[in-house]
Amino acid sequence: MEYEVIVGLETHAELATITKLFCGCSTKFGVEPNTQVCPVCLGMPGVLPVMNKKAFEYALKAAIALNCRIDEFTNFDRKSYYYPDLPKNYQISQNYYNLGVDGYMDISVNGTIRRIRIHNVHLEEEAGKLIHPEEISADYSLVDFNRAGVPLLEIVSYPDMRNVDEVESYMQTLRKILLYAEISDCKMQEGSLRFEASISLRKKGSDKLGNRVEIKNLNSMKSVLKAIEYEAKRQSEVLDRGGTVDRETRLWDEVSEKSARMRSKEEAQDYRYFPEPDLLPVLINEKWLSAIKASIPELPRERKQRFMEVFKLSDYDAGVITEEKVLADFFDECVKILDRPKAICNWIINDLLREVKDKKLDINNLPIKAKQLAVLVEIIEKGTISSTIAKEVFSEMIQTGKGPQTIIEEKKLVQISDEGLIEAVITKVISSNPDAIEDYKKGKKNALTFLVGQVMKETKGKANPKIVNEILAKKVGI
Amino acid sequence: MSKDIESRDVSLRLFEYTAHHLSAKILSKEICATDLVKHFLERIKSVEPHIRAYITINEEDALKKATEIDKKIGNGETTGLLAGIPVAVKDNICTKSLSTTCASKILKNFIPPYDAFVVKRLKEEDAIIIGKTNLDEFAMGSSTENSGYKITRNPWNPEYVPGGSSGGSAAAVAADLSMMALGSDTGGSVRQPAALCGIAGVKPTYGRVSRYGLVAFGSSLDQIGTLTNDVKDAAILLQVIAGYDSRDSTSMQVSVPDYLNGIDSGVNGLRIGIPKEYFAAGLNADVHNALKDALKLYERLGAKVIDMSLPHTEYAVAVYYIVANAEASSNLARYDGVRYGYRAPKSNGIIDMYSRTRSEGFGNEVKRRIMLGNYALSAGYYDAYYLKASKVRNLIKNDFDIAFQQVDCIICPTSPVPGFKIGERAKNPLEMYLSDIYTIPANLAGIPGISVPCGFSKEGLPIGMQILAKHFEEKKLLQIAYAFERETDFHLKKPVLKVSSEQR
Ligand SMILES: [Zn+2]
Repeated sequence: MEYEVIVGLETHAELATITKLFCGCSTKFGVEPNTQVCPVCLGMPGVLPVMNKKAFEYALKAAIALNCRIDEFTNFDRKSYYYPDLPKNYQISQNYYNLGVDGYMDISVNGTIRRIRIHNVHLEEEAGKLIHPEEISADYSLVDFNRAGVPLLEIVSYPDMRNVDEVESYMQTLRKILLYAEISDCKMQEGSLRFEASISLRKKGSDKLGNRVEIKNLNSMKSVLKAIEYEAKRQSEVLDRGGTVDRETRLWDEVSEKSARMRSKEEAQDYRYFPEPDLLPVLINEKWLSAIKASIPELPRERKQRFMEVFKLSDYDAGVITEEKVLADFFDECVKILDRPKAICNWIINDLLREVKDKKLDINNLPIKAKQLAVLVEIIEKGTISSTIAKEVFSEMIQTGKGPQTIIEEKKLVQISDEGLIEAVITKVISSNPDAIEDYKKGKKNALTFLVGQVMKETKGKANPKIVNEILAKKVGI
Repeated sequence: MSKDIESRDVSLRLFEYTAHHLSAKILSKEICATDLVKHFLERIKSVEPHIRAYITINEEDALKKATEIDKKIGNGETTGLLAGIPVAVKDNICTKSLSTTCASKILKNFIPPYDAFVVKRLKEEDAIIIGKTNLDEFAMGSSTENSGYKITRNPWNPEYVPGGSSGGSAAAVAADLSMMALGSDTGGSVRQPAALCGIAGVKPTYGRVSRYGLVAFGSSLDQIGTLTNDVKDAAILLQVIAGYDSRDSTSMQVSVPDYLNGIDSGVNGLRIGIPKEYFAAGLNADVHNALKDALKLYERLGAKVIDMSLPHTEYAVAVYYIVANAEASSNLARYDGVRYGYRAPKSNGIIDMYSRTRSEGFGNEVKRRIMLGNYALSAGYYDAYYLKASKVRNLIKNDFDIAFQQVDCIICPTSPVPGFKIGERAKNPLEMYLSDIYTIPANLAGIPGISVPCGFSKEGLPIGMQILAKHFEEKKLLQIAYAFERETDFHLKKPVLKVSSEQR
């Protein structure tokens, strides 16, 4: 039997605010456990939440960037469940009035644009983290509340994706938008971007959806894709055997690359949502909304468009450069210093990206500064160094962090354009290679290339190749 | 056998003064704060065993603070509004480094690392926190019988309850175990015990006083209020605790007027609304008569009494017990034994730990309300209970909005009965819930209310009169109450403590 895979994604992104959602504690990642806590985020008796306006505005930005409808009235709700990492045993979230609803995001799969609808975007608080002691015999667990109360954005898609390529593109596109809008650092390894998938199958040609299975514990985009493939296969096998797929929640195991039941539909929790009485509803007026809209930086699609229109980059080049926000920012910074977009783009794509890939560098921590690359390109265009030498200089820049001018001076790499000097070398080369001249005169064109090579060798590659060619041509009498 | 343990032989007869008289004497150095605090601590030693108003007595710290204030006054430094005045604080209001139990076993030994906003204000005004008072566990009750630690007795008759849930605070003030006290009022928990103990009790407008540090029961209803010997004391204490606090999103940025200034402006021309629903069947005859007399007095003072109706009153109790319990079920979820408070010593895994901790830590009334609240919020019932209750709540609010277009205030009884005996209603939760029938609507509507003594029952128990006004009209309430107090002497009557030997 042939089935269509129906996938929806729930995305959690920690917002990049300096302080938590309802208190003034820092959100810094990776510090000593329970050092960024206060009575409010520990859920002590008598404490009250106060909304972090910045976090709310970040969430609004996301809702706008995802083309959501934003109603004038939004409110927060308590979502109740017991877990030791949840200090109040309820999470302040949104249920009855999400701040963004009915949005969409366009994704591109093999050159085709697909529109994936967004069900809602809402703001909630992050939970803490359980730390289980290493000894298996230990009869306790510890809780670190540093993350508790960090603002968390939840983005719920409609089940509009039909294969893993679309899912991958959705995740990448969403990540890019959040990064470009500067509302989350989207570091999956630190948990600041997380996905949960819901998967069901539908017989080809039928319009009846199968039971939905939710998959949790997906720690990387790769896991998401693997888990979906695994689940689609598992469900199709169940259906082919004539069975029915249970509506349940499953946990993905990264090591075994399998999922297992976490809880059935019957065990599903009743979150007993009700309006959070400790926070006032938020009223969003037109003025505020337009100020937020105006503050959203250029999003990936607009950035690419601009690069193509203003800088005449090809679709491919603009695509590569805008794939990572840091790269696009780097490019923008370079061309601001030196108006040579095409050359700069080539250096970024061919050289910088290759270095990053080969040396497995963190893209967020580029090894050279925009100014340095701009200066390098400028030096090449001026003819101070040849492009061959430039590659050497670039490689040196990456390794040492030094600027191109310093390297050129230190290594005496300045191109020789002095015609007298070059002519002297050429005379010397010709006199010591009479056979080559003979060969050339007999019609062997590559004999000339050989002579150029010899001149370059003599000048350690610094001779201006254009001048070498000109003088050599004169000498051999073309 | 009965024995008079009243001891009014203190040379300065301090207990006959109210806070506004005493603070003048302290400032003029006629009395020093240290002596005053010592007098109260001594009286607590002799009387407290019979009243049991306190859970914690802050003896050492209170004396230390008194010495500091005396030094300040001696040095001619400026002092706060409540310099040297002992204030008792209900034990569901957080006090830094001083145990805050909510009268619950689950918070036994809980010492908050921070002060509630109101406690911070008391300290800023140089008040002396003399102790933490008893209450119904987590403020859930109307008799202070639901305490996990002790039962507080009514100073007017130890066989009777002091009301609740701020019964400890009311009894402490009535029995001169503190000069003034703070309570909290979710459905009448300041006004009803004030009425039953014969003192003044103010529940301010929702949003007038910060809830930061008040251990939440029903978050949309809770408000910290004052319990004092008279109306002027109420004005002073409210002056100290009222005002905007950025840590409470529901506290309002409305300026705080000078409550004492113009408190004696009288009631000439004032329109008083008498809601017929509050004078219906079930109202005790003594209470009814006391109210009638009070209204006659108001008329003599130039006020106009107008009959009116608050048509949705009959739904108030039902709405209240859905909303308050729903909020409570969620507010009390944090007491799980993980981070602070009581944890069951033996358990098998996290679920068992939760279950044992909460079963052992909470009393029956609290458990009953958590279950009722969770039920009202559960899937499939939310619309029928919580949502419906919220809508009816709006109708009740609306009743008041319409009423206040025709009248300046509403006067009604605070409690349908002058009091009830310890144990009398403990077995019947529903009957207990009806104790708050006249006080609950103000919490649902968020409006301010005051209860002042207006008479005595045949048994000699005090009777309270409730005055309600529009949002943020505390000043008007105090004026109206003071106009009555000035003409009467109910507030000057003090219980003569008679304690039978069995109770010692
Ligand atoms: Zn915090």
